[in-house]
Amino acid sequence: MASSSGFTQEIGQLRGLIAEMGGLAEVAIRDAIDSLTRHDLVLAQTVVAGDARIDALEAEVDRLAVRVIALRAPMADDLRDVIAALKISGVVERIGDYAKNIAKRVGKIETINKFQPLTLIPAMAAIAQGMVHDVLNAYAARDADLAIEVVNRDEKLDNFYESIFRNLVSHMMENPATISSAAELLFVTRSIERIGDHATNVAEMVYFAATGLYYSDRDLPGGDEKVI
Amino acid sequence: MTYPDPQLLRFVPTPAFVVENGHVCFANAAARALLGAHIVGDDVRIALRDPKAIAAITSIKGGSETIEGLSVKGSRWRLTCHVLGTDARLIILEDQSVRVSVARAHADFVANASHELRTPLAAILGYVETLEDNKAGADETTRKRFLGIIRHEARRMQALIEDLMSLSRIEAVKHEAPTEPVDLIALAGEAASEFHGRAEIEFTSNAESAIVAGDRSQLVQVLRNLIDNARKYGKPDAPIRLSIEVTESGRVEVMVRDEGEGIAPEHLPRLTERFYRADTGRSRAVGGTGLGLAIVKHIVERHRGRFDIMSRKGQGTTASIILPLHGQGTMSSK
Repeated sequence: MASSSGFTQEIGQLRGLIAEMGGLAEVAIRDAIDSLTRHDLVLAQTVVAGDARIDALEAEVDRLAVRVIALRAPMADDLRDVIAALKISGVVERIGDYAKNIAKRVGKIETINKFQPLTLIPAMAAIAQGMVHDVLNAYAARDADLAIEVVNRDEKLDNFYESIFRNLVSHMMENPATISSAAELLFVTRSIERIGDHATNVAEMVYFAATGLYYSDRDLPGGDEKVI
Repeated sequence: MTYPDPQLLRFVPTPAFVVENGHVCFANAAARALLGAHIVGDDVRIALRDPKAIAAITSIKGGSETIEGLSVKGSRWRLTCHVLGTDARLIILEDQSVRVSVARAHADFVANASHELRTPLAAILGYVETLEDNKAGADETTRKRFLGIIRHEARRMQALIEDLMSLSRIEAVKHEAPTEPVDLIALAGEAASEFHGRAEIEFTSNAESAIVAGDRSQLVQVLRNLIDNARKYGKPDAPIRLSIEVTESGRVEVMVRDEGEGIAPEHLPRLTERFYRADTGRSRAVGGTGLGLAIVKHIVERHRGRFDIMSRKGQGTTASIILPLHGQGTMSSK
């Protein structure tokens, strides 16, 4: 928008960069899980290589946010926006790392089709993916309610984690030959669970940016007083 | 360079918007419903963050791309970017999801369904053969008992076939968002009255009406299935609690609570899978088809809502549905 001030443009640019990072992270998760279920080493390699782009965007957000704070000394909502952008970009970068981590393990999981637990992993990943997708939508729309809803979904993911963990452990006991692959899958499951945790972290920051309140304080007395 | 007035996009039924200098300057109603009303004035990456979409929009030549999972999970959209001027682009989105889902075969599903039908069928055949035998068939008590089993198994097959048919009907319209205004509170009354004499239902609400854009018969089915589950698995003498709350943010939350034994956490993630049962024997005993919650999940997803089950062992189970109020657009992408 030509009429907006330099500051508004910079905030817009920050938000745009975050959305771009988020889009890349979403695709990275999807491709990592696809490469795992199809044992597609080429796709896995693409995910690993693609992470550099997310890192580069994070650095760009960093530089721009610091510059905005230094030169424009933003206040109130604007300051919240910049701080949230700074923190969210760090978390989205971590989400990308976990996707890369999953992709890196694809080559080490050999007897993939024999794994009954593997039918559960895509279902679990779909929940984590949905959380990331929705939290980015919540960020785009500044929707605090959707953010809360994403936080509430984390428990579901933890249930899945428990379920798959038990499944894999009993699988290891019954089929010692597949222990190394099953152990890799444990790490994959852990990464998916961490992606959900990070989506929750983003959700809490979206809540903060939208309302000015700390998510963890929202039910406490005095929790309805704005921090900034 | 100039181009026609973007206002003309008002008459385009498919989502379309114009981007100038990297910002959305006009979006038609379909685009705002799909991507959120906030996109007007936002950086285009806020509106569409898929890397392929960003690449198409920022390229000099424009072009077409296929984007997955933009609206609901598994959806597929065709994005076309037309160059209007050096810094201006027209973006048009077309929903191609229907083609994708038709292409996807449900081989596992057919196998499972056949297996589920074969079990009662085998029982029926077995008992009929025994009755045909003169010795067993002549004994009155045996005959009555066997006919009772045959009836029970035939009923099971009937329930299963009905559920399979409703699942396939829901699948067929999966990608068509329902539009009819439906009052969930009136609907809840209707669903509750079906259970008159069979279950005690306590209804609470914080509003007079809760209108959502919905498919009436499908939403009744959701309530019926949830109440029926609470009736089957809840504590026999305790009432089923049904509540409908309208939130300030324009959502409706429907909750069905029972005080039964609850469900162990490891089963919770899988309850909406077709034919998944937390307790197979018990489900069979109460005449469950293993499809009730799969149907609920499908219907709620078609209504762009969310479905969740919370439960603690020993403290009962709460099934909840969150739907956007009529005219609030989509609330979440899943």
